[in-house]
Amino acid sequence: MLIKRPSDIRTSEITPESVYRSRRRFMRESLTVAAGAGTAGLVSAPAVALPAEWLTAREVKPGVPIGEEMTSERDATSYNNFYEFGTDKADPAEYAHEMTVDPWTVKVSGQVEKPGKIGLEDMLAGIDLEERIYRLRCVEAWSMVIPWIGFPVKKVLDKFQPTSDAKYVEFRTLHRPSEMRGQRSFFSNIDWPYVEGLRMDEANHPLAIFAVGMYGKLLPNQNGAPIRLVVPWKYGFKSIKSIVEIRLTKLQPKNTWNVLQPTEYGFYANVNPNVDHPRWSQASERRFPTTLFRPNRIPTRMFNGYDEVASLYKGLDLSRHY
Amino acid sequence: MPRQFVFPVVRVGKPLAFCVLALPLALLGIDVWREFQLPGSGLGPDPGEDVVHHLGTWGLRTLLLTLAVSPASRLFKRPQLVRYRRMVGLWAFTYLVLHFLSYFWLLGGYAAGVAIDGRRLGFAEALVMDIYKRPYITAGFLALVLLIPLAITSTRGWQRRLRRRWKTLHRLVYPAAIAAWTHLLWLSKGSFMDPFVYGLVLVVLFGERIVFRIRKQRRARAASAV
Repeated sequence: MLIKRPSDIRTSEITPESVYRSRRRFMRESLTVAAGAGTAGLVSAPAVALPAEWLTAREVKPGVPIGEEMTSERDATSYNNFYEFGTDKADPAEYAHEMTVDPWTVKVSGQVEKPGKIGLEDMLAGIDLEERIYRLRCVEAWSMVIPWIGFPVKKVLDKFQPTSDAKYVEFRTLHRPSEMRGQRSFFSNIDWPYVEGLRMDEANHPLAIFAVGMYGKLLPNQNGAPIRLVVPWKYGFKSIKSIVEIRLTKLQPKNTWNVLQPTEYGFYANVNPNVDHPRWSQASERRFPTTLFRPNRIPTRMFNGYDEVASLYKGLDLSRHY
Repeated sequence: MPRQFVFPVVRVGKPLAFCVLALPLALLGIDVWREFQLPGSGLGPDPGEDVVHHLGTWGLRTLLLTLAVSPASRLFKRPQLVRYRRMVGLWAFTYLVLHFLSYFWLLGGYAAGVAIDGRRLGFAEALVMDIYKRPYITAGFLALVLLIPLAITSTRGWQRRLRRRWKTLHRLVYPAAIAAWTHLLWLSKGSFMDPFVYGLVLVVLFGERIVFRIRKQRRARAASAV
């Protein structure tokens, strides 16, 4: 017989579904995230992610503008790499609505004192949301400036109390072929689910965040709802989307692209204009917004301009550990 | 006796084929024009990539169509189809040249100066390094180079001048098609649907030629045995 202690019952499990849904509709129309940098428009997002009143009703500390033109919300939500929904940049925006992101639980395991499965609401309890305006540099030599809403990764990890053996963090994306057509594709050579990882000190760096929103709204599905990683000094493929599993490990995780093509994608994947990808020069990037008549090609900066992370890689040969 | 109807290839067929083959370029032209009027209205968030991809796709498609002309004329017993082959081939060449130029200008990033191994290169040098360093560019460029002599010698004058060697020379279209397909294969990541589909078409077009050749040899042997 299962004895359910009060602490086992999560608030998200108590709310009846009908209430949930009507609330979601209400929130879609009256989302009030106090985001900065003039992004506080209350237009409904392209694909609604969370039903979460508990989330959308929260205060968000406005972000600090970085003095670079912001990528339009339209570009950032219609030009995506999310191979779970197809390999075309327009596929995620078209098909990601098929993914159910409510309810959402995350499994935490490995080298932690308190492993377990936890609902998103409980995972975020007591964590303040803040806006972070970050550059996002894709390994394919394009880049964006996006106002994320999230919180440091460290705040979540600390809740589960990593042991001294925890040297790396491994993240996994949802694996649900019934809702993710890319995972059903016969021609895909990716071994689902998508896996990414960070070294513990990278994950604990204040710049590394989990995002639950962008442009003052909840994260659209195509951008990795309901929770994704954002590591701005690394190529975009490190910033894994729609996370359902976090494992703390002794050994370096085997991240998906590295397994698929080790000569092209490493574990570290730090933005580095001096180390070329075999298919693209990494010396410069196309910064969105870009038009045919104004390509907006700019030089790429070491660590994507986040020099404060350089100390993490002292003594590491970055041309070998690309 | 009523006169047999002969389809007017020169007066109707060719202008019609020309228009159909020009359609993808015309549609792209409209998109580019709209983009010029209002950025974001004609093409997607990454318009350069859209243009390059569109031209490359149609370059490969028309190249395969060129290779399909002879098998189709044999299959449907319509030898006059071969009269369209030069036009299809020249359109393939046109699309591939535009594909190359658009890559060079819109995606290559030479305008910003490309640094390879930490050293900034000049315009021409950057192009050479790109072709040398990136296998998929090497393959694509090889396909284009192989097609250049074919485009030049596509005229009737050259056909006469080269006589039997013309046919031998124009077999270069086979390695060119393989190189173009390899270019597609090597630039694909995550999904291999496109290389699979185009590869299948290529296998069918090559297969028909092999079967045709074997049959022809058998017939010749049978004829000489009589």
